[in-house]
Amino acid sequence: MQFATPSSPHLHNDNGVQRIMAQVLLALLPGTGVMWWLFGWGVIVNIALAGATAVLCEWLFLRARGRNPMPAVSDLSALVTAWLLALALPPLLPWWQTVIGSAFAIVIAKQLFGGVGYNPFNPAMAGYVLLLVSFPTTMTRWLPPEMLAEYSLTLNDTLRAIFTSSPPPGQGWDAITSATPLDAMRNELNQNRMISEIRHSPLWGDFGGRGWEWTGNAFLLGGIYLLWRRVISWRIPLSMLGSLLLVAGLFWMVDPETHPFPAFHLFSGAAIMGAFFIATDPVSASTTPRGQLIYGALIGLLVFVIRTWGGYPDAVAFAVLLMNMAAPMIDHYTQPAVFGAPGTNDD
Amino acid sequence: MSEAMPPLRDFHGGLHLDGHKAESNGSAVQEPALPQRLTLPLQQHIGQIAECAVQVGDSVLKGQLIARASDYVSANIHAPTSGTIVEIAELPVAHPSGLDAPCLVIASDGDDRWAELPAPLDYLQTDPAELRERLRWAGIVGLGGAVFPTSVKTNTAGKPVDTLVINAAECEPYITCDDRLMREQPEEVIRGALILQRVVGARRVLIGIEDNKPEAIEQLNACLAQQDRHDFEIRVLPTKYPSGGEKQLIHLLTGIEVPSQGLPLDVGVICQNVATCASVADAVLRGRPLISRIVTLTGQGMQKPGNFRALIGTSVGELITQAGGYRDKVSRLLMGGPMMGFALHHDRVPVTKGSNCFIATTESEMPSPASAQPCIRCGECVKVCPAQLLPQQLYWYARARDFDKTQDYHLFDCIECGCCAHVCPANIPLVHYYRFAKTEVWAAERERQQADLARRRHEFREARLARIEAERKARLRKKKEALEKKPARATGQAVDPKKAAIEAAMKRVAEKKGAAARAGKPAPEAKTEEDA
Repeated sequence: MQFATPSSPHLHNDNGVQRIMAQVLLALLPGTGVMWWLFGWGVIVNIALAGATAVLCEWLFLRARGRNPMPAVSDLSALVTAWLLALALPPLLPWWQTVIGSAFAIVIAKQLFGGVGYNPFNPAMAGYVLLLVSFPTTMTRWLPPEMLAEYSLTLNDTLRAIFTSSPPPGQGWDAITSATPLDAMRNELNQNRMISEIRHSPLWGDFGGRGWEWTGNAFLLGGIYLLWRRVISWRIPLSMLGSLLLVAGLFWMVDPETHPFPAFHLFSGAAIMGAFFIATDPVSASTTPRGQLIYGALIGLLVFVIRTWGGYPDAVAFAVLLMNMAAPMIDHYTQPAVFGAPGTNDD
Repeated sequence: MSEAMPPLRDFHGGLHLDGHKAESNGSAVQEPALPQRLTLPLQQHIGQIAECAVQVGDSVLKGQLIARASDYVSANIHAPTSGTIVEIAELPVAHPSGLDAPCLVIASDGDDRWAELPAPLDYLQTDPAELRERLRWAGIVGLGGAVFPTSVKTNTAGKPVDTLVINAAECEPYITCDDRLMREQPEEVIRGALILQRVVGARRVLIGIEDNKPEAIEQLNACLAQQDRHDFEIRVLPTKYPSGGEKQLIHLLTGIEVPSQGLPLDVGVICQNVATCASVADAVLRGRPLISRIVTLTGQGMQKPGNFRALIGTSVGELITQAGGYRDKVSRLLMGGPMMGFALHHDRVPVTKGSNCFIATTESEMPSPASAQPCIRCGECVKVCPAQLLPQQLYWYARARDFDKTQDYHLFDCIECGCCAHVCPANIPLVHYYRFAKTEVWAAERERQQADLARRRHEFREARLARIEAERKARLRKKKEALEKKPARATGQAVDPKKAAIEAAMKRVAEKKGAAARAGKPAPEAKTEEDA
């Protein structure tokens, strides 16, 4: 009798890449749901457009590379990338811009580097930054959250806006769009207004922008689920949010009239989503335990720096991409001590 | 004076695996019938292959030496039963390569007659060196699976040994041979440990055993109570793979980390397996060499899982047939545990000193490995690595064949426990890559050494040729000088010998001419000595 002779170990647990990705998608559902409620159908349309583009591009490119596309497409990684990108896009972004961003993320940022596992940069953030620098007008044309909106967009209005780039009949773009809380805060501060004045506006909720803060809560819920399922480790989210809070807190204590309350930084913009879903992308992040703490903390610091003194209102994408570049060096200098390394018995 | 023991020091990582011990540990160790043929590989241990000490046609008795340790790190092999040597050839053995290896084949005569054995030793009165010599004679090697010669491992080379650690953890799933041994022969284990304690001069003995073996723990405790030894302690470990890894066990019991790429002896510890202890007791107290061992047969594909005391050299296939044969469709036959054991190509291989377990498994029990996907650097492997390595980085560099970098990432601290590959969501056979990298590094090292040797040989040869040439020249010079001196000494004056010769010849010619003129004959042509 002849037996199979695979290599040891002969036991394997039931974890898999597809399972990890599926859990990430599951964890994105609360945040996605809240965004849908706040910003309407555009969120869902963006996810569908970006998702379809990403999977199609992944499949086509793998075929072009002469690879079997099925294992890579079915690992759901392209869908996760597209989903994260779509959540970062304004709800009424013209369809072809969404498609370009998603295609760039998959083809240029991922497949050209060798596909899943080989991309040095977070593909979703690479796609987002491409769109942000290429289409600044449409990329900053956000909607007000549902409770502040004077005009409620129907599904038809949304599709029309996305596919024909025209606002709903009888409405101008200015009437239906609004700046994000980070953007608003930045503009007001640039006009030398005090935070105490600025906060009187109905735009603001308890921590951050009214409505917007709910997305933060929902993504936090998803993040806690990922921590509980041990899909991600606590190191990057905690160090990133911790350092953001710390630095924002220091500046707020020095001058609370020109620096927003630290929780504002957490619950506006992409900080929470970035901390749990984007900075934790294992492929492009630091991989050593100590390195992850440094990596996360520096992202938090960069987010504050770019938000406060940089040219763009939000900074998670830039901060993550900058730290992606630094990840190999961080890994190099943060190798853990191996079992029995010199000095381990000296205690 | 039972000293207060520090709490167990957990090691990083590891896995909580299903034990699968109950399948095979329920019944006593069975004695299979005497096999008709025994195939004994000459290499059953780590080190140099043993040297054949018999010829085809020789009759041998049970316990007779049939292959001799050929080097310091090597081990004797003895005939497991009486009979005739019928073949010495390359035959299939249990090895991952599936290649044949030199073996001795004994046809049993059925009498199972013992040879004359060395006298039992009173170990308390015997010199440790003599005890160690006995272990060397008995061909005892580490029976936990590593098969390193015990006499070599217990040679402390003058280094002080504080603690003898007895490895009773049996942390790999499925394997129960040590469990049964401890339940049935606890006194053999304890006495073996006592002997080894004397051999290495250890102050204390710590026995580490996982808490999934309550009966064995009870038996050892009862046996120890009779011995009244205060320098012995049995410590029960929480079940976690790989607590039986040598370095992990030492850390658990003593809190000491064996230095990276160092030996336990460097920190005053020596570790031995319980089955090794039992065979040590057998060799010292009864003068019997290592010719049999307890083997676990288990797995879903085994009709009647259990433990068997098999003679070394018994065919695995025959042993399994005797145990009731296979059940269902067996997809894999493993030697060793499911985490570190290797898959055999077929069962026509012999039981060796290192065969602790054979697992016949089915596709449903251990499914074929899924195809590997790219590493996404999720870091699951980092969490479980007991050596505290970065398996994902090691994999990256091993795959890129950047072997210098793999060594920067401590490739040789990898104990190949398989935890990383067990949890890898991309199903990458990580251990396989590390073994590959290790063999490449070893091969490069060997090549470097050979190149070094070749270079030294070449340089030596050049030097030798130059020396010979120099000697030849010196000899010639001497000869010449001697020649030059000789005529000078003979004439006693500084005259050119050539000129003298010419002059002498001219003189002779002139004389002849003169004589001829006087006689009226024509003169012959003058010839100098040089023309002649």
